[in-house]
Parts: sequence; structure tokens; C-alpha cells
Amino acid sequence: MADQATFAEAATPYMGQLLAYARLHFGKVVEPEDLVQETYLNAYRAYGSFEEGTNLRAWLFRILNNNYKNALRTKSRRPVKFEPASDDDDIEDHYFMTHTTPEDVALDQMTHAMVRSAVESLPDSFREAVLLKDVEDFSYGEIAEILDVPLGTVMSRIHRGRKMLQKTLYEYALQEGLIATPA
Amino acid sequence: MAEQIDCGDALLQLSAFLDGELTDEKREAIDDHLNRCAPCDGARHFEGELRIVIQDRCREEVPDDLRQRILAAIANDTK
Repeated sequence: MADQATFAEAATPYMGQLLAYARLHFGKVVEPEDLVQETYLNAYRAYGSFEEGTNLRAWLFRILNNNYKNALRTKSRRPVKFEPASDDDDIEDHYFMTHTTPEDVALDQMTHAMVRSAVESLPDSFREAVLLKDVEDFSYGEIAEILDVPLGTVMSRIHRGRKMLQKTLYEYALQEGLIATPA
Repeated sequence: MAEQIDCGDALLQLSAFLDGELTDEKREAIDDHLNRCAPCDGARHFEGELRIVIQDRCREEVPDDLRQRILAAIANDTK
């Protein structure tokens, strides 16, 4: 059992990470700052049931994600986008993956705005998986627990999410004239 | 000797490979394939860079007023 008096000190260091995730994952639907605040308050109130020494960061993210789902349900403004049915790559995906260099996409010239916009354009289920891995650096096992999905699903969503990002960034690079239109 | 895998398998597991999420056996099999297959090795290079770019462009600092607001909400919580 964790002592509530120690909550602020233990949980405050993760605030920036929760905010980064909240802004990119659901900033278009609900106020990310409000949801992070609500998460801290919920976590504080439930801290007595948190087992000290276990993964506080993952626990906070799990609460944040549940709060987001609840907010979505309440608002029911936007249904969660479903992922495409197939888990398989197609030949075109493989060709693109194996024939594109970072220079082809001008990756190092990508601005914050471009990358963030590409991340925001992902379907919800891919966006959350990619953010939890690439920005928050959780393990696949931790992500499975936070999102309440099987490990294999995490693996496939990260794989496909990054692939979608690769294509979207390529399109941005073309639009912004960072690279020449292929002949 | 490592298990032989084809390009499709290697690419499908590339993310998990880069994220250090495979068993030793799988990792070796993919590493072996990447060392022999330039296009797949190119895909590894790209995805490796992509991960760094995403991480770098998506970080956030917590504004002071938000930090204060949250800490005050906790301190004043009476439930």
C-alpha cells in the first residue's frame, strides 16, 4: 500500500510525459491539460490501492488512457477509428519500406509541426501504440497492460503505425518541396 | 546457425527487432537476414531514424502554471 502523502513527490516527475502523450493522442478531442489534471487527481485518490514498488508510470498512463476513453464515451463526438482488418503487409508496403532512405524523405528536415501532424493523422489505435513506444519508451509488455490488448496486437500496431508514418512523412516532404517529385 | 527467414518475415518483425522485443533466436535470425539483404537493411536504417525523429519532435515540457494547478488540486482534495 502506497502512502498518499508521498504521491505528489513520486508522481510529479511523469507529468511532462503524460502531457506529451495527451496533447498528441487526444488534443483534438478533449483538453489534454484537463485530462492530465483529472488523471493526477484520480491517481491520488486511488493511491492507497497502488502497490508501492510496482510501475507507477505505467499505472498513471493506464488511468490517463481510461479517462480518455470515458471522455470519448461521454462526448460521443467521435467514434474511435477502427484499424484496417488485415494484419498483413502487402507487396507495395514492402517495396516502399525497402526502397526509401531517410534522405528520400528528408527526415532530418522534418519540423516539429510536420511530425506531430503525421502522428495525429494516425488512427487512434496506432497512434497510442506508437506514442507509448517511441515517445514514452514503454516496453511492449507495459503497453499491452496500459492499453489492455494482447502483446501481439501491440507489436502489429507499432509496426503498421510506423509504416503509415513513413508514407505520410514522404507525402509531406513532397508537398513542402523538401524533396523532388519522382519522375 | 540462425533460422532462415525471408524478407516478408524480416520486415514484419523489424519494429520488434529495433525495439529489442524479440527472443535471442528471432533476433539472430533477423540480424542474419539484414546482414545479407541490402534492401531490408535499408528498411532497418530508415525505421531506426524514424524512431529518433518521432521521439525528438514529440517531447513536451510541463508549463509551470499547469504543474502548480495540478499540485494545488491534489493538496486541496478532500475526497
